[in-house]
Amino acid sequence: MLQLRRAVIELEDGVRFEGLSFGYDASTAGEVVFNTAMTGYPESLTDPSYEGQILVTTYPILGNYGVPPRREKDDVSEFYESDHIHARGIVAQDYSWEHSHWQADRSLSEWLTEEKIPGIYGIDTRALTKHLRDKGSMLGKILVEGTPDVDFYDPNQENLVAKTSCRKVEVHGEGDKTVVLVDCGTKHNIIRCLTRRGVKVIRVPWDYDFMTIPYDGLFISNGPGNPDMAQITVQNIRRAMELGKPICGICMGNQLLSLAAGARTYKLKYGHRSHNQPVRKVGSDVCYVTSQNHGYAVDQNTLPADWEPLFINMNDGTNEGIRHRTMPFFSAQFHPEASSGPKDTEFIFDEFIALL
Amino acid sequence: MTTPTSNKNENIKKVLLLGSGALKIGEAGEFDYSGSQAIKAMKEEGITTVLINPNIATVQTSEGFADRIYFLPVTPYFVEKVIEKERPDGILLAFGGQTALNCGVELYRSGVLDRYEVQVLGTPVQAIMDTEDRELFVRKLDEIDVRTIKSEAVNSVADALAAAEHLGYPVIVRAAYALGGLGSGFCDNEHELVALVEKALSFSPQVLVEKSLKGWKEVEYEVVRDRFDNCITVCNMENFDPLGIHTGESIVVAPSQTLSNEDYHYLRKLAIRIIRHVGIVGECNVQYAFDPQSMDYRVIEVNARLSRSSALASKATGYPLAFVAAKLGLGYGLFDLRNSVTKETSAFFEPALDYIVCKIPRWDLGKFHGVRREIGSSMKSVGEVMAIGRTFEEAIQKGLRMIGQGMHGFVGNKELKIDDMDHALKDPTDKRVFVISQAMQSGYTVDRIHDLTKIDKWFLHKLHNIIETHAGLSRFSNVADVDTNILRLAKQQGFSDFQIARAVLKDHMVNAESATLEVRRYRRNSGITPVVKQIDTLAAEYPAQTNYLYLTYNGSENDVTYLHDHRSVVVLGSGAYRIGSSVEFDWCSVNALMTVKKEGWRSVMINYNPETVSTDYDMCDRLYFDELTFERVMDILDLEQPHGTILSVGGQIPNNLATRLDEQGVRILGTQARWIDNAEDRHKFSAMLDELGIDQPRWRELTDMDDIYRFTEEVGFPVLVRPSYVLSGAAMNVCSNTEELERFLKLAANVSKQHPVVVTEFIQHAKEIEMDAVAQDGEIKAYAISEHIEFAGVHSGDATIQFPPQKLYVETMRRIKKVSSMIARALHISGPFNIQYLAKNNDIKVIECNLRASRSFPFVSKVLKINFIDLATRIMLGLPVEKPAKSAFDLDYVGIKASQFSFSRLQGADPVLGVDMSSTGEVGCLGDDTGEAILKSMLSVGYKIPERSVLLSTGSAKQKTDMLEAARCLHDRGFVLYATGGTHQFLSDNGIPSVRVYWPSQSENHPQAVELLHEHKIDLVVNIPKNLTSAELSNGYRIRRAAIDLNVPLITNARLASAFIRAFTTIDIDDIEIKSWDEY
Repeated sequence: MLQLRRAVIELEDGVRFEGLSFGYDASTAGEVVFNTAMTGYPESLTDPSYEGQILVTTYPILGNYGVPPRREKDDVSEFYESDHIHARGIVAQDYSWEHSHWQADRSLSEWLTEEKIPGIYGIDTRALTKHLRDKGSMLGKILVEGTPDVDFYDPNQENLVAKTSCRKVEVHGEGDKTVVLVDCGTKHNIIRCLTRRGVKVIRVPWDYDFMTIPYDGLFISNGPGNPDMAQITVQNIRRAMELGKPICGICMGNQLLSLAAGARTYKLKYGHRSHNQPVRKVGSDVCYVTSQNHGYAVDQNTLPADWEPLFINMNDGTNEGIRHRTMPFFSAQFHPEASSGPKDTEFIFDEFIALL
Repeated sequence: MTTPTSNKNENIKKVLLLGSGALKIGEAGEFDYSGSQAIKAMKEEGITTVLINPNIATVQTSEGFADRIYFLPVTPYFVEKVIEKERPDGILLAFGGQTALNCGVELYRSGVLDRYEVQVLGTPVQAIMDTEDRELFVRKLDEIDVRTIKSEAVNSVADALAAAEHLGYPVIVRAAYALGGLGSGFCDNEHELVALVEKALSFSPQVLVEKSLKGWKEVEYEVVRDRFDNCITVCNMENFDPLGIHTGESIVVAPSQTLSNEDYHYLRKLAIRIIRHVGIVGECNVQYAFDPQSMDYRVIEVNARLSRSSALASKATGYPLAFVAAKLGLGYGLFDLRNSVTKETSAFFEPALDYIVCKIPRWDLGKFHGVRREIGSSMKSVGEVMAIGRTFEEAIQKGLRMIGQGMHGFVGNKELKIDDMDHALKDPTDKRVFVISQAMQSGYTVDRIHDLTKIDKWFLHKLHNIIETHAGLSRFSNVADVDTNILRLAKQQGFSDFQIARAVLKDHMVNAESATLEVRRYRRNSGITPVVKQIDTLAAEYPAQTNYLYLTYNGSENDVTYLHDHRSVVVLGSGAYRIGSSVEFDWCSVNALMTVKKEGWRSVMINYNPETVSTDYDMCDRLYFDELTFERVMDILDLEQPHGTILSVGGQIPNNLATRLDEQGVRILGTQARWIDNAEDRHKFSAMLDELGIDQPRWRELTDMDDIYRFTEEVGFPVLVRPSYVLSGAAMNVCSNTEELERFLKLAANVSKQHPVVVTEFIQHAKEIEMDAVAQDGEIKAYAISEHIEFAGVHSGDATIQFPPQKLYVETMRRIKKVSSMIARALHISGPFNIQYLAKNNDIKVIECNLRASRSFPFVSKVLKINFIDLATRIMLGLPVEKPAKSAFDLDYVGIKASQFSFSRLQGADPVLGVDMSSTGEVGCLGDDTGEAILKSMLSVGYKIPERSVLLSTGSAKQKTDMLEAARCLHDRGFVLYATGGTHQFLSDNGIPSVRVYWPSQSENHPQAVELLHEHKIDLVVNIPKNLTSAELSNGYRIRRAAIDLNVPLITNARLASAFIRAFTTIDIDDIEIKSWDEY
């Protein structure tokens, strides 16, 4: 038997679960959220939207297929969603010490250790999830035996968009049309989905005044935390609207576009983090299975008259996208770029590109 | 739950549903489940349902399910007759397996559906045909550039080389038109290819070259599409065994374990493209071969119907695929339907699992003579189990216990005798997983096992964890010394208390039961107990409204709260379907649950068979999808604290638990454990019969050969021999002389003090009679006496049974009633029971007594229209019951229960009937007289009425005489009779002309019987072994096997053959009345 350090996950309300450490042996704190996806831990961990969060996986067996190599292709990570792990910790029921996959070059445990991210297993993640479902997402920490305790940490008090956004302007791909991608903590697959369609992507920091760049379309990425923190981006989007060129947003992008339109956002009790969120296109019989990862949502009752909901969540009726009634502005709360998750809504990129 | 919308097709008021008929290998209980779900969906819409299914033991053919039920063959002829009579608006083809699908396609092709304006609901027939026809299928998928497995036919070495170049090595070469894989093999390079193709071309003019996918992963997706083109994949599954082993023969896990996110969604997206292109409306399944070293794939097949996999997926996820598919067939969109577990979220979603399920096949190859043990591309398993856990180790160890073949999990089993480990790993048999266990224990590394088996290392590493924990436990030698960390780990990896006891105590374990209880005590004192988790389709994201539960040691809290108000009743189900126990016990379990509920108790089910209706979470208040072991049942009863537990409706598995549960103070409803033991224990039962003055065949339990000789001298041959320890082959045998007895006992079994043998006198030419009854406090309240068509010697599960009896002396009946009453009284029976009798002249002897429901309960209940299980359950609940006013004497119709055999699937097996059961299913049909009922039932189990010719070889003199009248009928009707030597002579002596044919051993003479079969000159084979000696058996074996392999109907029993021949020579098929159950 392996000699492993004991570890606990402790929530701000005092609830504790005991387990064993399988990642980096250090204690950590963050907002505890659960994800019900059954695959995709390399993508999720590197998804900037998990910045500051401790990820609880409801699928009980973690690490089965190891971790793919760290390689770049066209200036973005080939297999990951960013260049490092953003989640502050990961929690599972069972961990596979031995992995098996042709693409893997190391184990999840090794990767977590390299990136100094704690992992804990042996936790009843179903019980933990039910607790979060009932009480709402809350702060928590992973305490690893023999390492110093840490204070609770609330990432939503910080401007996480600023934290995860790129620092300088970058150019990806080439093409006749130019898309400005406002990086609020973008997943690399958004960049891949755009460049694959033959456009030049100019990736700019979240607060960058992109109006100085001649572009054909504006894309607002996903990103972590509270959208209200990104007021500068909201202001920039408002100015872009006046230009009338196509605008598309994903996740945080949906929220920022809504704020720019004049609507309000609010925090969901425990968010949507899964690969199986059903979404219906408003006024149609067309439904999609979508990948999601968000803690905030758009209050669609606050949308101004010239805007309308585009997609609705079929489980809880929350907003899943908006569009302008006359202008080429639209956005999705879910992740059409998937990675991880189902790819059914990738057409959103096609529709955006077609508008350019 | 459905929101009423305008999407529903309002023209559909009455729907015809085709069932799948008798259970057979490859088409089993899963279709009772899917059909029952479809019926529920229709009823919810107020649509009248008409069901054709001769399988009388199913739940779907019960009162309260379909509105009208026809116990008729699911063939185009009979279905057309029913359509003509019932005039349904729509027909459902996807819920009755391949039988229903094939029948539906034929009705479509012949224009019957058009003629009667019957609309096919759900997937259009063209889409079905596109997936069923190999060529159309490949073409269809080519249209969207989806890769399928293609073979190229070549007739020269040069062409073969070109084909291989194009396909890519390795390739597989098959000689076309060659039986038994002659000239087939794998080639890794040109050199090997040339050698093999040259050889293959010497057998056959044509050779098929195909890309070899050996060692590829096999992955399936269950996909649903509505008519608005919305698609979801409800579940994916991964085979533990790589490609080459039929998915029905494979251990399967859900969800997939070794696919990355990219792999998973790549195949998911393809599955959706395929279902859209084919145009499925409802459910289908897509099977892939997936390269373990790249993202290359091939589509193996698409099933445009509910399947075994879809039943498994429904149980694995809680998503009711058949129910939803039926609704989609009515025109609904997925967005119209609600998730039936949460009741508040949409049915348009993909379940998220927070557990792993593991399906393991159940084989019964030991029941057959001559069958090959290797598993491969054709299905041989007769049932399956599904285990749920939160680690793979937990799930697979549970599952290996559930298959019920004496295994305790992955470790802790009796050692297998393996001559060549490498070979055993490379060429898998039904014991594969245990071979892996032994290999690991003898030092084989994961890498080496992977090289030999191609099983993904992930699975092997997990199995190796179990080996390591086992080694850790073995370091202790006292239960009380075991470190609680390792004890907890062992439980989290699915070790049973027994496995732990055996690992710790090793050879010192004298009393397994007390050692196991010691582990249990120690474990509970250490605070190591399982928790109960819910299957909720959304991994706890939304609250679940149903109680679909399992137990696990990987968790710290229960999902359900226990009231401990003693208002629940626990019913133990029947476990895996296997030969001797299948859908009939599911019917019994479901009916017990319904009565429990109706009488105001909360109903609780424990069962683990994904093919059943009893494991449908809306059949009871709480479903524990878990083991039926003593340990697990006690865990559940400790939590549940029910009013009582019912053991008598799930067959032998629950029945066997009676004594141990009783010792723990469990309240057993119905007949008490002590009396169950008195019936189960051969010695106690026999002593009781002697005391009551009831006759039984003479028998003795013996421990050495001399005693056996002395006993056979006393009773004479033949004798029935039942060893308690079997080395190989069948567990029971009839021996006709000393030589046979010696051979059987020395080669196949083991006789010693530890392993006694039971020898029983075997009475020939005796009738066998079944008494199915329900008693209260020892008094019989309802009974049904039925008779076997065959004489004793054919296992009661294989026999053709007639109820009410038509040829029994009144005196015999009276004696049976009297003796049964005496036994019921003596054993204080309260609940269901069954007694089997032998009758010769008017003497009756008791051969067996079971204080539980028997296989024939649904049959007699439905023929008599008195629900014996409802009655029995009310008695077990302590309610007063009246004796039903009706008796079998009032019936003016006859029921025949006939058996379904699956020999065609069991390569090499001798299709002869004997004392061990070999049928896989049964049907029950009603008729105005025996002949009509026989005809319907025989047609239902796949017999065809011969058109021109019959081959007779009719055994001993007595049997030849028995068959004489039938032979004359055939001759009079103008049939050509072919007969082997003795039979030919006998027929001519009696003035019946026949063509003499020769046995395979008389190879110089012509015509050869086997040749005639190959030339399709024979429509029915009646081949009756003179006796059950091996010489006699091997003599006719090739003829019997040829008949099976060439799909020519075969009968091996003189009395059944006579009955069938009499029926089809006197009744014209057009005169068979099309009557539904309620019209009798």
